[in-house]
Amino acid sequence: MDCGPAPPGGAVASMNQRRTRMNKAKLPAGLNTLVVYLAVALLSGCGEEYLQSTINPVTDYGEVTQNLYVQVFWWTMVILVVVLAVLAYILVRFRERPGQERPAQIHGHMGLEIAWTIAPALIVVAIVIPTIQGVFEVQRPPDGKALVVEVVGKRYWWSFHYPELGITTANELHLPVGRPVSLRLESGDVIHSFWVPQLGGKRDVNPVVVMPQGEESKRNWMHFTIKEEGVFWGQCAEFCGEAHSLMGVRVVAQSEDEFQGWVESWKTPAPTANVPAAPAGEGAGAGLASALPAPGPSAQDPRMDAGAQAPVAEDPLVARGREVFFRESYCVLCHAIEGTQAPGIIGPNLTRIGSRLTIAAGMLENTPQNLEAWLRDPHAIKPGAQMPAAQAGVTYEGQTFPPTNLNDEQIRALAAWLSSMR
Amino acid sequence: MAQAAAIAHDDHHYSSTGLSSWKVGFWTFIGSECLFFASLISTYMVYKGRSVVGPYPHEILDIPLTSISTFVLLMSSLAMVLALDGVQKGSRKLALIWLGGVILLGSAFLGFQVYEFSHFVHEGLTLKTNVFGSSFFVLTGFHGAHVSVGVIWMITLWIMAFRNRLPAAGSLKVEIAGLYWHFVDIVWIVIFTLVYLIQ
Amino acid sequence: MSVATGTLKAAPAAHAEAAGLWSWVTTVDHKRIGIMYFLTSFFFLFVGGLEALLIRIQLMRPENAFISPETYNQMFTMHGTTMVFLVAMPMAVAFFNYLVPLQIGARDVAFPRLNALSYWIYLFGGLFLNSSFLFGAAPNTSWVGYANLTSLQFTPGRNVEFWIIGLSILGVSSIAGGVNFITTIINLRAPGMKLMRMPLFTWMTLVTSFLLVTALPVIAVALIILGFDRFFGANFFQVTAGGDPILWQHLFWLFGHPEVYILILPSFGIISDVIPTFSRKPLFGYPVVVYAGILIGFIGWGVWSHHMFTVGLGPIADSFFVASTMIIAIPTGIKIFNWLATMWGGALRFPTPMLFAIGVVAVFTVGGLSGIMHASAPVDLQQHDSYFVVAHFHYVLVGGALMGLFSGLYFWYPKVTGRMMSEALGKWHFWTTLVGFNLTFFPMHFSGLFGMPRRTWTYQAELNLETWNQLSTVGAFIFGAASLLLVWNVFYSLRKGERATANPWGASTLEWSIPSPPLHYNFPALPEVRSRDPLWDEAERREVEAATLSEPAREPQMPSPSFWPLLTALGVVLTWGLLMTHLWWAPLGGLAFTAFMVFNWAFQPAFR
Repeated sequence: MDCGPAPPGGAVASMNQRRTRMNKAKLPAGLNTLVVYLAVALLSGCGEEYLQSTINPVTDYGEVTQNLYVQVFWWTMVILVVVLAVLAYILVRFRERPGQERPAQIHGHMGLEIAWTIAPALIVVAIVIPTIQGVFEVQRPPDGKALVVEVVGKRYWWSFHYPELGITTANELHLPVGRPVSLRLESGDVIHSFWVPQLGGKRDVNPVVVMPQGEESKRNWMHFTIKEEGVFWGQCAEFCGEAHSLMGVRVVAQSEDEFQGWVESWKTPAPTANVPAAPAGEGAGAGLASALPAPGPSAQDPRMDAGAQAPVAEDPLVARGREVFFRESYCVLCHAIEGTQAPGIIGPNLTRIGSRLTIAAGMLENTPQNLEAWLRDPHAIKPGAQMPAAQAGVTYEGQTFPPTNLNDEQIRALAAWLSSMR
Repeated sequence: MAQAAAIAHDDHHYSSTGLSSWKVGFWTFIGSECLFFASLISTYMVYKGRSVVGPYPHEILDIPLTSISTFVLLMSSLAMVLALDGVQKGSRKLALIWLGGVILLGSAFLGFQVYEFSHFVHEGLTLKTNVFGSSFFVLTGFHGAHVSVGVIWMITLWIMAFRNRLPAAGSLKVEIAGLYWHFVDIVWIVIFTLVYLIQ
Repeated sequence: MSVATGTLKAAPAAHAEAAGLWSWVTTVDHKRIGIMYFLTSFFFLFVGGLEALLIRIQLMRPENAFISPETYNQMFTMHGTTMVFLVAMPMAVAFFNYLVPLQIGARDVAFPRLNALSYWIYLFGGLFLNSSFLFGAAPNTSWVGYANLTSLQFTPGRNVEFWIIGLSILGVSSIAGGVNFITTIINLRAPGMKLMRMPLFTWMTLVTSFLLVTALPVIAVALIILGFDRFFGANFFQVTAGGDPILWQHLFWLFGHPEVYILILPSFGIISDVIPTFSRKPLFGYPVVVYAGILIGFIGWGVWSHHMFTVGLGPIADSFFVASTMIIAIPTGIKIFNWLATMWGGALRFPTPMLFAIGVVAVFTVGGLSGIMHASAPVDLQQHDSYFVVAHFHYVLVGGALMGLFSGLYFWYPKVTGRMMSEALGKWHFWTTLVGFNLTFFPMHFSGLFGMPRRTWTYQAELNLETWNQLSTVGAFIFGAASLLLVWNVFYSLRKGERATANPWGASTLEWSIPSPPLHYNFPALPEVRSRDPLWDEAERREVEAATLSEPAREPQMPSPSFWPLLTALGVVLTWGLLMTHLWWAPLGGLAFTAFMVFNWAFQPAFR
């Protein structure tokens, strides 16, 4: 266990552990959390870091909850202490003494009954009033212009679409600090719940009910402004099936500048995404991609320039991996990569997948080795995943996906290529 | 004195309210049934106007025809009242006539429903068509099932009356059956109003 | 002690009920049915407990793979379903059965054969549900079975179907039981046993029964429409056809929250009888405790959406349910204060039933207060579906409901068996249970606060949740071992326990005026009651015992045994179970079988 001081949060770059680096939960504000931490310290010998702590919010939304929680916590502690103290006193004071006569037979006392009806009622009022204020506060849309992200929960991963930026990504949500954010939640299958505790409370991700003509389906929203940079962990909180526990998510909260940089990087494909030099599409592959519209990665696409301007000799393994992806497998049926001919929408969008912290929806650190393991047999890592394995197909919601039949050489190349798309 | 009181009550027909336990129990059961139908009706109401494909209720529900079947069911309740009266008076003849009336009218209602269902299926409305189809067939189907149980119950009573096994002293049996029948009838009035009349 | 305990009167042989297996299979005696209810639910307690231990082993370490996710999902689903529907409810019904007639001075329940039917349906329904393990298809979508995960499209296989049918069958049993106990309590009270003289346990049985008959039909409808979706292709939860999965949540929790009070109120009733006995004082504020119970039953119907704060019902609905939920805390608090006031100024004794009753007061308070935390809707957005909530409802349902039932078991065991349970073992059981229970569930508050969602097969090592989970696992094993002490005590004391007198605890209510164990007709003559605590008034006690301990001039006529309830129950289970064939006509065969049995039943005279 790491007992040392926490490294600065948001250090996305420093990731040399097996898993991703995370920001540390800050020391809590409320006294009650201090009690909690005392208990923790007593039990484990040092302060712990809790990546999914519900009591260390970093947004305005989370703070509403936290403030209420602290209030209610203290009210209930007062009641608990009073009740237990009275009980303890009774148990000591009123034990039967030897030879004791039957005690006075008291049947009740109206004054007392009224008193202990009114006292809790007052406490209830004291809790209900700020609670109802909080209820409205956490559901109020932001005043200013918010960055909208459409969150789609699917078994067992997350898709993120920024309609104004034209970006689609998966499992890793990049957000700017200090700007209002509105998440629009919908499910592609069953009910999920989007829960990144440090951002604030969860909201159910409900499937979109098809409505009669002219009516809008209702969707849930979450509104918040992040106050701190960092990588925040979260996961699905509504039981959604076999791999529910493995449906993680990371939120990367960045400064406005860093966020803009990330947005910019998304506007061009990764240098290795396409064959570096024209003409493209040579070599008649046996893969399914050959059945796709012929032009292939268009050399005249201006966005290709970035890649073309860097005529560094490409790692042959990477080139081989690209070939496997487009020509020797049916990856493209399910996965999309912006700026290439991969159009699939069933699985996660893989644009610049090499730059992500994790793969398999927060389950594995993003390394070529982990990618290989995932490509070889996703079900060993995530039972119930929809992605077919090398040697085993899947049937999912009535659709059958045959085994990918990729051999070790193809898998290694594919992993290298995916990792190269940063 | 306590002893005397105890012995006076020492008998399995004892009741602290003076009511028959059968009545108390059956009213409780009807309370439970109310919640059952309330939930089914709520489900129908929730899905009202939410079908994304037709046939829609206004295209297919036949109010005049269902008004007749509703009238038939209402008349069966009247027959039920008269049947109970007949049994209480100890008249085998009245009991047979009016219980027979309940059976005939109840069966007629079921006949209307069978016709309605098959007509709807013919028009392309099934359980699987849309949420209207699902909630309509399940709601009215469960009501129809209740009517069917009632008809079987009435036939049993009719046979008992026929065999002279339904004396005035045993009129509680008919009274309870009557409670059930009137309840099912009232449920239909609610369904008729909410499903057919207010579209 | 001024109240003399009644003398033990051995039942004359002529009064003894028939013995042998067949006599149990055909019995309509509420006491025997109560015993069967207890033993069956006791068995399922250990089935559910075993499932819990597997869950705890799996969660002991992060990224553990002791059992597969699929197995895990079946385990927590069956653990929840079993503990609620096969343990807590029927164990309470076991007490209703055995005690209500004795407490109100009746010879049996209002509908003895219906009572037998309830039991057999419960037994067969429980076996049916658990038979899913034999097919490797135990229910796997959690005890709340949220749509649209339960649709055929997302959960193929028979798992969900076992669940739908199993719960439907059990619902029939509960509704029949509810009707029976309401009628019994309203109609079969002994002379002078006015409603406001009834023991609190009987009162809470009445409130619970009303909740049973009103709440169960709601989940029945939910299960039926889900069944129509799965078996017949209806669209209730098909979003593409306009079906709304949220409807399921409303129906489920409209049942589910009253269900919570169905589980807890019997325990409140039990400890409201136990605490006065061992304080040697009448219950403080009897009418207030009664009204508080009734109020809880009523308000319990208006709080269901506090299970749905994350669903997105809008701030107005959320606010309403915040307020109603907070309000229900008031009558609950009143009960706790009245129990404390009952003990205040008393002469407290601490045999095992009292220890468990005091345990309930303390532990339930913790669970109630954590409930207030997530009654605050924004706080619930964090705590909902996390282990914090798991901690909360185990404090309420294990600490509150189950420990209350244990208190009742130790309290009434002498009445049922004629022997005392071992006090030494009992005390061991209590203290180990208290330690094991708190060690299991208190750390769950922390795992929840630190972000562990419930229904999760595993958790990542980086989340630092290992310590909390290990504590819970250790606690669970202590709790499990403690429960073995109870089993030992129950069966050991049956043979070796000290002989019990009619009123070994010096309690005040009617059931303690008759021999332990009671005669099969309970009361040779019906007593006349003049107060709430008839055995604590010397003159009244003599009068009552003159009736209850008398030799009857002629043996009271009791309802005859019948095997039709058993066969009818078989028919009910067959009808539902044949749905599993997916042949639309198969259940009709079961229905015909059931109808045949019902007719035989109806024309068999109740008394011969």
